[in-house]
Amino acid sequence: MRRLPILLAVLIAALFAPGPASAPAWAVQPDEILVDPVLEQRARTLGKELRCLVCQNQSLDDSNADLARDLRLLVRERLKAGDSDQEVLDYIHARYGDFVLLRPPMRPGTWLLWFGPAAVILLGGAGIVLFFRRRGGTAERPAPLSEAERGRLARVLGDEDPS
Amino acid sequence: MRRLAFFLPVLLFLGVAGYLLVGLWLDPQRLPSALIDQPVPEFALPALAGRTGGGADRERGLSTADLKTGGAKIVNVFASWCLPCRAEHPILTELAETAGVPVHGINYKDVPAAAAKWLADLGDPFAAIGSDRDGRVGIDFGVYGVPETFVIDGNGVIRYRYPGPLTPEVVKRELLPALRAAKEAG
Repeated sequence: MRRLPILLAVLIAALFAPGPASAPAWAVQPDEILVDPVLEQRARTLGKELRCLVCQNQSLDDSNADLARDLRLLVRERLKAGDSDQEVLDYIHARYGDFVLLRPPMRPGTWLLWFGPAAVILLGGAGIVLFFRRRGGTAERPAPLSEAERGRLARVLGDEDPS
Repeated sequence: MRRLAFFLPVLLFLGVAGYLLVGLWLDPQRLPSALIDQPVPEFALPALAGRTGGGADRERGLSTADLKTGGAKIVNVFASWCLPCRAEHPILTELAETAGVPVHGINYKDVPAAAAKWLADLGDPFAAIGSDRDGRVGIDFGVYGVPETFVIDGNGVIRYRYPGPLTPEVVKRELLPALRAAKEAG
Protein backbone atom coordinates (compact mmCIF):
# COMPACT_ATOMS: atom_id res chain seq x y z
CA MET A 1 0.00 0.00 0.00
CA ARG A 2 2.89 2.34 0.77
CA ARG A 3 4.20 1.83 -2.75
CA LEU A 4 1.10 3.30 -4.34
CA PRO A 5 2.29 6.94 -4.40
CA ILE A 6 5.60 5.87 -5.97
CA LEU A 7 3.77 3.83 -8.57
CA LEU A 8 1.53 6.78 -9.37
CA ALA A 9 4.48 9.13 -9.67
CA VAL A 10 6.20 6.75 -12.09
CA LEU A 11 3.05 6.43 -14.16
CA ILE A 12 2.60 10.20 -14.37
CA ALA A 13 6.27 10.68 -15.22
CA ALA A 14 5.96 8.09 -17.98
CA LEU A 15 2.99 9.98 -19.35
CA PHE A 16 5.04 13.11 -19.89
CA ALA A 17 8.37 11.53 -20.73
CA PRO A 18 9.38 11.83 -24.37
CA GLY A 19 8.94 8.29 -25.59
CA PRO A 20 8.84 6.73 -29.01
CA ALA A 21 5.15 7.57 -29.29
CA SER A 22 5.55 11.31 -28.76
CA ALA A 23 8.76 11.72 -30.78
CA PRO A 24 8.25 13.54 -34.08
CA ALA A 25 7.68 11.07 -36.87
CA TRP A 26 10.23 12.30 -39.40
CA ALA A 27 9.54 11.11 -42.88
CA VAL A 28 12.63 12.87 -44.20
CA GLN A 29 14.72 10.23 -45.95
CA PRO A 30 18.52 10.06 -45.66
CA ASP A 31 19.00 10.75 -49.36
CA GLU A 32 17.08 14.03 -49.06
CA ILE A 33 19.21 15.50 -46.28
CA LEU A 34 21.52 18.32 -47.25
CA VAL A 35 25.25 18.14 -46.48
CA ASP A 36 25.20 21.66 -45.03
CA PRO A 37 23.72 21.30 -41.52
CA VAL A 38 22.66 24.96 -41.36
CA LEU A 39 20.65 24.70 -44.59
CA GLU A 40 19.22 21.37 -43.48
CA GLN A 41 18.10 22.93 -40.18
CA ARG A 42 16.35 25.72 -42.12
CA ALA A 43 14.74 23.13 -44.38
CA ARG A 44 13.46 21.27 -41.28
CA THR A 45 11.97 24.47 -39.90
CA LEU A 46 10.25 25.19 -43.22
CA GLY A 47 9.09 21.59 -43.46
CA LYS A 48 7.14 22.09 -40.24
CA GLU A 49 5.50 25.26 -41.56
CA LEU A 50 4.20 23.65 -44.74
CA ARG A 51 1.29 21.28 -45.09
CA CYS A 52 1.32 18.08 -47.07
CA LEU A 53 -1.53 18.54 -49.56
CA VAL A 54 -2.18 14.84 -49.88
CA CYS A 55 -2.49 13.89 -46.19
CA GLN A 56 -3.66 17.37 -45.24
CA ASN A 57 -3.16 17.13 -41.49
CA GLN A 58 0.51 16.29 -41.68
CA SER A 59 3.37 18.65 -42.26
CA LEU A 60 5.77 18.10 -45.15
CA ASP A 61 8.35 16.63 -42.79
CA ASP A 62 5.85 14.18 -41.29
CA SER A 63 4.37 12.91 -44.51
CA ASN A 64 5.44 9.92 -46.53
CA ALA A 65 3.44 11.01 -49.56
CA ASP A 66 5.24 11.28 -52.87
CA LEU A 67 4.30 14.90 -53.33
CA ALA A 68 5.60 15.76 -49.85
CA ARG A 69 8.96 14.26 -50.77
CA ASP A 70 9.02 16.27 -54.01
CA LEU A 71 8.22 19.45 -52.11
CA ARG A 72 10.89 18.70 -49.49
CA LEU A 73 13.41 18.33 -52.28
CA LEU A 74 12.14 21.55 -53.84
CA VAL A 75 12.52 23.43 -50.53
CA ARG A 76 16.12 22.22 -50.28
CA GLU A 77 16.82 23.13 -53.87
CA ARG A 78 15.55 26.67 -53.33
CA LEU A 79 17.60 27.02 -50.14
CA LYS A 80 20.73 25.87 -51.96
CA ALA A 81 19.99 28.40 -54.68
CA GLY A 82 20.20 31.10 -52.00
CA ASP A 83 16.54 31.83 -51.27
CA SER A 84 15.61 33.23 -47.87
CA ASP A 85 13.12 31.26 -45.77
CA GLN A 86 10.37 33.71 -46.68
CA GLU A 87 11.16 33.41 -50.38
CA VAL A 88 10.83 29.65 -50.19
CA LEU A 89 7.48 29.94 -48.41
CA ASP A 90 6.30 32.49 -50.99
CA TYR A 91 7.40 30.20 -53.83
CA ILE A 92 5.25 27.34 -52.57
CA HIS A 93 2.42 29.62 -51.44
CA ALA A 94 2.17 31.04 -54.99
CA ARG A 95 1.50 27.55 -56.31
CA TYR A 96 -0.65 26.00 -53.61
CA GLY A 97 -2.36 28.92 -51.92
CA ASP A 98 -3.08 29.56 -48.23
CA PHE A 99 -3.90 25.93 -47.56
CA VAL A 100 -0.26 24.90 -47.83
CA LEU A 101 0.71 27.13 -44.89
CA LEU A 102 0.09 25.46 -41.54
CA ARG A 103 0.06 28.93 -39.99
CA PRO A 104 -2.52 30.89 -41.99
CA PRO A 105 -1.72 34.52 -42.86
CA MET A 106 -3.49 37.30 -40.93
CA ARG A 107 -5.85 39.33 -43.08
CA PRO A 108 -9.56 40.27 -43.09
CA GLY A 109 -10.56 36.96 -44.67
CA THR A 110 -8.94 34.98 -41.86
CA TRP A 111 -9.91 37.14 -38.89
CA LEU A 112 -12.73 34.80 -37.96
CA LEU A 113 -10.22 31.95 -37.93
CA TRP A 114 -7.73 33.80 -35.74
CA PHE A 115 -10.05 35.62 -33.37
CA GLY A 116 -13.16 33.40 -33.48
CA PRO A 117 -12.29 31.19 -30.50
CA ALA A 118 -11.28 34.18 -28.32
CA ALA A 119 -14.48 36.00 -29.36
CA VAL A 120 -16.61 33.01 -28.39
CA ILE A 121 -14.95 32.80 -24.96
CA LEU A 122 -15.32 36.56 -24.39
CA LEU A 123 -18.97 36.56 -25.47
CA GLY A 124 -19.74 33.53 -23.33
CA GLY A 125 -17.92 35.03 -20.35
CA ALA A 126 -19.76 38.34 -20.75
CA GLY A 127 -23.04 36.42 -20.94
CA ILE A 128 -22.30 34.54 -17.71
CA VAL A 129 -21.26 37.72 -15.86
CA LEU A 130 -24.37 39.53 -17.04
CA PHE A 131 -26.60 36.63 -16.07
CA PHE A 132 -25.31 36.41 -12.51
CA ARG A 133 -25.20 40.16 -12.00
CA ARG A 134 -28.77 40.61 -13.08
CA ARG A 135 -29.93 37.75 -10.91
CA GLY A 136 -28.08 39.11 -7.88
CA GLY A 137 -29.25 42.70 -8.40
CA THR A 138 -32.93 42.24 -9.02
CA ALA A 139 -33.64 39.32 -6.69
CA GLU A 140 -36.34 40.41 -4.18
CA ARG A 141 -35.38 40.56 -0.57
CA PRO A 142 -37.81 38.72 1.70
CA ALA A 143 -40.23 41.04 3.53
CA PRO A 144 -39.21 41.88 7.12
CA LEU A 145 -40.84 39.82 9.83
CA SER A 146 -44.16 41.02 11.18
CA GLU A 147 -44.73 41.65 14.91
CA ALA A 148 -46.56 38.32 15.34
CA GLU A 149 -43.82 36.40 13.54
CA ARG A 150 -41.16 37.92 15.69
CA GLY A 151 -43.07 36.87 18.80
CA ARG A 152 -43.35 33.34 17.58
CA LEU A 153 -39.69 33.18 16.69
CA ALA A 154 -38.73 34.43 20.12
CA ARG A 155 -40.89 31.77 21.74
CA VAL A 156 -39.35 29.05 19.67
CA LEU A 157 -35.88 30.23 20.54
CA GLY A 158 -36.84 30.39 24.19
CA ASP A 159 -36.03 34.06 24.54
CA GLU A 160 -38.47 35.74 26.95
CA ASP A 161 -37.70 39.28 25.99
CA PRO A 162 -37.97 39.96 22.28
CA SER A 163 -36.35 43.25 21.41
CA MET B 1 -35.01 44.03 -25.71
CA ARG B 2 -35.34 41.22 -23.17
CA ARG B 3 -36.96 39.08 -25.78
CA LEU B 4 -34.03 39.65 -28.13
CA ALA B 5 -31.60 38.55 -25.43
CA PHE B 6 -33.69 35.44 -25.00
CA PHE B 7 -33.57 34.51 -28.68
CA LEU B 8 -29.94 35.45 -29.26
CA PRO B 9 -28.48 32.08 -28.14
CA VAL B 10 -31.01 30.26 -30.32
CA LEU B 11 -30.05 32.37 -33.34
CA LEU B 12 -26.36 31.84 -32.62
CA PHE B 13 -26.91 28.12 -32.39
CA LEU B 14 -28.85 28.04 -35.66
CA GLY B 15 -26.09 30.02 -37.37
CA VAL B 16 -23.35 27.67 -36.21
CA ALA B 17 -25.48 24.61 -36.99
CA GLY B 18 -26.12 25.99 -40.48
CA TYR B 19 -22.39 26.35 -41.17
CA LEU B 20 -21.69 22.86 -39.88
CA LEU B 21 -24.54 21.42 -41.93
CA VAL B 22 -23.13 22.92 -45.13
CA GLY B 23 -19.72 21.61 -44.11
CA LEU B 24 -21.06 18.06 -44.14
CA TRP B 25 -21.39 18.25 -47.91
CA LEU B 26 -18.11 19.98 -48.67
CA ASP B 27 -15.30 17.81 -49.98
CA PRO B 28 -12.19 18.51 -47.88
CA GLN B 29 -10.05 16.94 -50.58
CA ARG B 30 -11.12 19.59 -53.07
CA LEU B 31 -8.79 22.50 -52.50
CA PRO B 32 -9.12 25.85 -54.22
CA SER B 33 -6.41 26.53 -56.76
CA ALA B 34 -4.07 29.44 -56.11
CA LEU B 35 -3.65 29.82 -59.87
CA ILE B 36 -7.17 30.76 -60.92
CA ASP B 37 -7.00 33.88 -63.11
CA GLN B 38 -3.21 33.61 -63.15
CA PRO B 39 -1.16 33.07 -66.29
CA VAL B 40 0.09 29.52 -66.84
CA PRO B 41 3.55 28.85 -65.38
CA GLU B 42 6.62 28.97 -67.61
CA PHE B 43 7.54 25.47 -68.69
CA ALA B 44 8.64 23.37 -71.64
CA LEU B 45 8.10 19.62 -71.59
CA PRO B 46 9.35 17.04 -74.10
CA ALA B 47 6.90 14.87 -76.02
CA LEU B 48 5.88 11.50 -74.62
CA ALA B 49 8.32 8.96 -76.04
CA GLY B 50 6.78 5.93 -77.71
CA ARG B 51 3.38 7.51 -78.23
CA THR B 52 1.45 6.05 -81.15
CA GLY B 53 -1.63 8.30 -81.18
CA GLY B 54 -1.91 12.05 -81.47
CA GLY B 55 -1.24 12.41 -85.20
CA ALA B 56 0.67 15.60 -86.03
CA ASP B 57 1.02 16.54 -82.35
CA ARG B 58 2.89 13.34 -81.50
CA GLU B 59 6.42 14.71 -81.48
CA ARG B 60 5.59 18.20 -80.25
CA GLY B 61 5.75 18.20 -76.47
CA LEU B 62 4.00 20.92 -74.52
CA SER B 63 5.17 24.35 -73.44
CA THR B 64 3.89 27.69 -72.20
CA ALA B 65 3.77 29.02 -75.76
CA ASP B 66 1.25 26.30 -76.73
CA LEU B 67 -1.08 27.47 -73.96
CA LYS B 68 -0.78 31.20 -74.63
CA THR B 69 -2.02 30.99 -78.22
CA GLY B 70 -4.68 29.13 -80.17
CA GLY B 71 -7.85 29.97 -78.26
CA ALA B 72 -9.28 28.18 -75.24
CA LYS B 73 -8.01 24.73 -74.38
CA ILE B 74 -8.20 22.04 -71.73
CA VAL B 75 -5.15 20.61 -69.97
CA ASN B 76 -5.42 17.28 -68.20
CA VAL B 77 -2.78 15.97 -65.80
CA PHE B 78 -2.72 12.18 -65.92
CA ALA B 79 -0.57 9.13 -65.24
CA SER B 80 -0.78 5.46 -66.11
CA TRP B 81 -0.30 4.52 -62.45
CA CYS B 82 -3.31 6.56 -61.42
CA LEU B 83 -6.46 4.49 -61.10
CA PRO B 84 -8.94 7.42 -61.06
CA CYS B 85 -7.41 8.52 -64.39
CA ARG B 86 -8.58 5.25 -65.86
CA ALA B 87 -12.08 5.87 -64.52
CA GLU B 88 -12.02 9.38 -65.92
CA HIS B 89 -10.69 8.39 -69.33
CA PRO B 90 -13.97 7.73 -71.19
CA ILE B 91 -15.34 11.08 -70.00
CA LEU B 92 -12.20 12.89 -71.08
CA THR B 93 -12.35 11.14 -74.45
CA GLU B 94 -15.94 12.24 -74.97
CA LEU B 95 -15.02 15.76 -73.91
CA ALA B 96 -12.18 15.87 -76.44
CA GLU B 97 -14.59 14.80 -79.19
CA THR B 98 -17.40 17.19 -78.35
CA ALA B 99 -15.89 20.29 -76.68
CA GLY B 100 -14.43 21.72 -79.88
CA VAL B 101 -11.15 22.69 -78.20
CA PRO B 102 -7.87 20.81 -77.95
CA VAL B 103 -7.28 18.70 -74.85
CA HIS B 104 -3.58 18.68 -73.97
CA GLY B 105 -2.03 16.22 -71.58
CA ILE B 106 0.65 16.49 -68.92
CA ASN B 107 1.93 13.01 -68.15
CA TYR B 108 2.79 13.35 -64.46
CA LYS B 109 5.66 11.37 -62.90
CA ASP B 110 5.23 8.45 -65.22
CA VAL B 111 7.38 6.01 -67.14
CA PRO B 112 6.93 7.06 -70.81
CA ALA B 113 6.67 3.49 -72.07
CA ALA B 114 3.94 2.71 -69.51
CA ALA B 115 2.04 5.88 -70.42
CA ALA B 116 2.34 5.13 -74.15
CA LYS B 117 0.98 1.62 -73.62
CA TRP B 118 -1.81 2.95 -71.38
CA LEU B 119 -2.90 5.34 -74.14
CA ALA B 120 -2.60 2.66 -76.82
CA ASP B 121 -4.86 0.40 -74.74
CA LEU B 122 -7.47 2.94 -73.65
CA GLY B 123 -7.42 5.35 -76.59
CA ASP B 124 -5.56 8.61 -76.96
CA PRO B 125 -7.80 11.70 -76.78
CA PHE B 126 -4.95 14.19 -76.32
CA ALA B 127 -3.59 16.76 -78.72
CA ALA B 128 -0.08 17.54 -77.46
CA ILE B 129 1.33 15.65 -74.47
CA GLY B 130 4.19 16.88 -72.30
CA SER B 131 6.13 14.32 -70.28
CA ASP B 132 6.68 15.64 -66.74
CA ARG B 133 8.90 12.90 -65.37
CA ASP B 134 10.06 14.57 -62.15
CA GLY B 135 6.73 16.28 -61.45
CA ARG B 136 8.23 19.77 -61.30
CA VAL B 137 5.80 21.24 -63.82
CA GLY B 138 3.01 19.58 -61.86
CA ILE B 139 4.15 21.52 -58.78
CA ASP B 140 4.25 24.73 -60.83
CA PHE B 141 0.61 24.06 -61.71
CA GLY B 142 -0.22 23.46 -58.04
CA VAL B 143 -1.07 19.83 -58.72
CA TYR B 144 -1.52 17.81 -55.54
CA GLY B 145 -3.06 14.68 -56.96
CA VAL B 146 -3.90 13.27 -60.31
CA PRO B 147 -6.01 13.54 -62.31
CA GLU B 148 -6.47 17.29 -62.46
CA THR B 149 -8.09 19.24 -65.25
CA PHE B 150 -7.51 22.88 -66.17
CA VAL B 151 -9.41 25.21 -68.49
CA ILE B 152 -7.10 27.81 -70.03
CA ASP B 153 -8.20 30.71 -72.19
CA GLY B 154 -6.59 31.98 -75.40
CA ASN B 155 -4.27 34.33 -73.50
CA GLY B 156 -2.87 31.55 -71.37
CA VAL B 157 -4.81 32.47 -68.23
CA ILE B 158 -6.02 29.59 -66.05
CA ARG B 159 -9.81 29.92 -65.73
CA TYR B 160 -10.80 26.75 -63.96
CA ARG B 161 -9.29 23.77 -62.22
CA TYR B 162 -10.89 20.52 -61.14
CA PRO B 163 -8.85 18.20 -58.91
CA GLY B 164 -9.86 14.56 -59.09
CA PRO B 165 -11.56 12.45 -61.74
CA LEU B 166 -14.09 14.28 -63.90
CA THR B 167 -17.65 13.06 -63.77
CA PRO B 168 -20.41 13.80 -66.32
CA GLU B 169 -22.06 16.10 -63.72
CA VAL B 170 -18.88 18.10 -63.11
CA VAL B 171 -18.31 18.45 -66.85
CA LYS B 172 -21.84 19.68 -67.42
CA ARG B 173 -22.22 21.88 -64.35
CA GLU B 174 -18.75 23.39 -64.03
CA LEU B 175 -16.27 22.61 -66.77
CA LEU B 176 -18.34 23.41 -69.85
CA PRO B 177 -19.58 26.78 -68.49
CA ALA B 178 -15.97 27.65 -67.58
CA LEU B 179 -14.91 26.64 -71.07
CA ARG B 180 -17.59 28.85 -72.63
CA ALA B 181 -16.35 31.80 -70.57
CA ALA B 182 -12.78 31.04 -71.60
CA LYS B 183 -13.80 30.96 -75.27
CA GLU B 184 -15.42 34.38 -74.90
CA ALA B 185 -12.30 35.74 -73.22
CA GLY B 186 -10.47 34.94 -76.47
